[in-house]
Amino acid sequence: MVNIVGKRYWYFALSLLVMLPGLIGIGVWGLPLSIDFSGGSKLEVRYPKAEGTIQPADVKTVLESVGFGDSIVQTSENNTVIIRTKTLDEPSQAKVLDAMKAKYGEVTVLRIDNVGPTVGAEVTQKAAIAVGLAAIGILLYITYAFWGIPHAFRYGVCAIAAMLHDVLVVIGVASIFGKFLGWEIDSLFLTALLTVIGFSVHDTIVVFDRVRENQRLYRRATYESLINHSIIQTLDRSLNTQLTIVFTLIALALFGGVTIQHFIVTLLVGMISGTYSSIFNAAPLLVVWENNEWGRFIGRKPEAA
Amino acid sequence: MQSRYTIWLIPIAILFALAAWLAWPSNNSINLDLGFTTFVRDISARLGLDLQGGLQILLEADLPADKTVESGAMEATIRIIESRINALGVSEPLIQQSGDRRVVVELPGLKNPEQAIALIRQTGLLEFVDAGSNFLPEGSSVKTDYVTGSNSLTGPAAAPTSAATATAGATATSAATANAGVTPPASATPSASPTPAPTPESPTFHTVMTGAALKTATVQSSQGRIVVAFTLTDEGKKVFGDHTSANVGRVLAIVLDKKVISSPRIESAITGGEGVIQGSFTTDEANSLALQLRYGSLPVPLKIAESRTIGPTLGQDSVRKSQIAGIIGLAVTALFMILYYRLPGVLAVIALLLYVTITFALFKIIPVTLTLPGIAGFVLSVGVAVDANILIFERMKEELRSGKKLITAVDEGFRRAWPSIRDSNISTLITCVILFWFGSQFGASIVKGFALTLALGVFVSLFTAITVTRTLLHSMLDNVDFSERHSWFGI
Repeated sequence: MVNIVGKRYWYFALSLLVMLPGLIGIGVWGLPLSIDFSGGSKLEVRYPKAEGTIQPADVKTVLESVGFGDSIVQTSENNTVIIRTKTLDEPSQAKVLDAMKAKYGEVTVLRIDNVGPTVGAEVTQKAAIAVGLAAIGILLYITYAFWGIPHAFRYGVCAIAAMLHDVLVVIGVASIFGKFLGWEIDSLFLTALLTVIGFSVHDTIVVFDRVRENQRLYRRATYESLINHSIIQTLDRSLNTQLTIVFTLIALALFGGVTIQHFIVTLLVGMISGTYSSIFNAAPLLVVWENNEWGRFIGRKPEAA
Repeated sequence: MQSRYTIWLIPIAILFALAAWLAWPSNNSINLDLGFTTFVRDISARLGLDLQGGLQILLEADLPADKTVESGAMEATIRIIESRINALGVSEPLIQQSGDRRVVVELPGLKNPEQAIALIRQTGLLEFVDAGSNFLPEGSSVKTDYVTGSNSLTGPAAAPTSAATATAGATATSAATANAGVTPPASATPSASPTPAPTPESPTFHTVMTGAALKTATVQSSQGRIVVAFTLTDEGKKVFGDHTSANVGRVLAIVLDKKVISSPRIESAITGGEGVIQGSFTTDEANSLALQLRYGSLPVPLKIAESRTIGPTLGQDSVRKSQIAGIIGLAVTALFMILYYRLPGVLAVIALLLYVTITFALFKIIPVTLTLPGIAGFVLSVGVAVDANILIFERMKEELRSGKKLITAVDEGFRRAWPSIRDSNISTLITCVILFWFGSQFGASIVKGFALTLALGVFVSLFTAITVTRTLLHSMLDNVDFSERHSWFGI
């Protein structure tokens, strides 16, 4: 039988390895926050009647003429222009659009978002609270659901640890994609993140559930082999569920609309990470705790023999 | 005992048929004539802002942060905005209070966002201002002593030139109100005699009364002229009566958003709480003025904290694509289940079809507004709905391997998988609740839509994956003798 728990330190190392590029990314490049969090305006407009291909530099000149020279301009296919500036109020927005119209003709508005600075700051704050609340809520629920078996609290903590791993992986990936592919962290990203949290724990609970059951059945087994056994038993189910979810997500990523592609890919990364962490992180951590392997950091006082 | 499960097939089949009928894309309304009562309901699928295009605005009370906003005042403000927006003729507008200082406005399918924003932004404060002996030209900006918050103020009253032209009677710019006078109904109309505008520096005028004192304002025809008649509330009646008695001959300017819209002279004391504003209004101008008087004053002044204009182009494309993606996802999942779990897999796929149908029917009935992430959530939940079945079937296989009989294995499978299913779905629901809360803080209906569809999917999947599949499995075992042929069950 495969010994997952026995090789747990290899898997911990792998987890760290996966998280590392992301963490470096966050440290070096920061998080690519969209205006949902930082406030500002983002105009996504298309000019079907413009001649030739619109050049960002030209657009900047137009914006300068109406006083918004310090905007960030990107172009994409079909003469789509993406302009990011500080928050525009109604008259300013009209000024910018008119100036662009004068140069490039009729506009097709794809999307215009104006987020006031106070709202942006508040959204950031509430987002952090949301993630925190989710973690606490889940911790409490698991502790309650596993009441009655020894050290119920540990299950909650290990589940949260696995969840944190997934959160860091997802945010790390976002940071890297933000730098190289221009991704942004917006409310939709947060939605994906919270969903990943929900599912990561979903997975972990299935494994823990089996542990709980086996503890009653195999009272004489060592803790390590108990956990290992539980993991193996749930492996089939974990992989199959992962497969079905991945199928549906890939279908969405390939065939779904372009506006939610980032959302779907974020979900994909998170889901895969979630399954991995449930199997290779959460349960082995229980063993680490039980065996008091990390001594001062997490552990229990050695019980009287 | 044998037929106990089989009999349940009938209600399930009926449910399936009902759900299918409701969910059918071209079925857009329910028209039931029961003889004693008719029941009509629109059940077309509601598309969210990101699919139809439209406008979403977050309005915030324009008051200093430490000043609390009275909830009664906020409610009244929202009602006023509602009536303005209804005038736009948008189908299914959404106006909702968010927290105690904010209002979310969503106008799906709006063709003309600028007009809507202008109308909503015109959420001004109406004031009756004592202008002394100064005729204030229409459109000029004034300062008043009414404290509302950080409205931007522009300069002083009139420039000499426009005042001069006003003396000549009806002129192009100030035609409507140059001859206006405020009188009690049914008396004659002396005309106003404007005087040249005063002072270079900006005087601050005293606000006698705000629009909160107006009860109604209507357009009427009096002696062949169009006038705007208004009535006041009881408090307003007193204030107005006192002021007009003491100030006959002086100008009482009507100011909206610190801009003068009318500058009538008080002809006589008005204590009856009713008045008429006369001038050479056209019907349109009178209507506009009446509307402004009726709705121009908000108990709570608002500013736009966030606005999002979404063009319909992106959305239309995406709906079609998501439908395709959904079908493909469903097909692949079904294929996998059948291949891996064989017979129970087939039954699970049937339960899955029921799940999709019921959930979509619920979306149409409740109704749940579909956004793109919401649809993604729905497709995702298909993958998750299968998870419960996978848990059960894996458990069943284990029981079979350990030598139990088929029927026992099935029961044990369901029984022992239940705690995992329950716990893991509850944790998903916890995150849905938090997502919903987060979304409702800012009127981010996209986030809310996703949370709602996912939560709904979890509930329905619990029903179909467990109850329906179990019924199907049991009735199959009850009626067909498999002789313990385990291969049919994926071993």
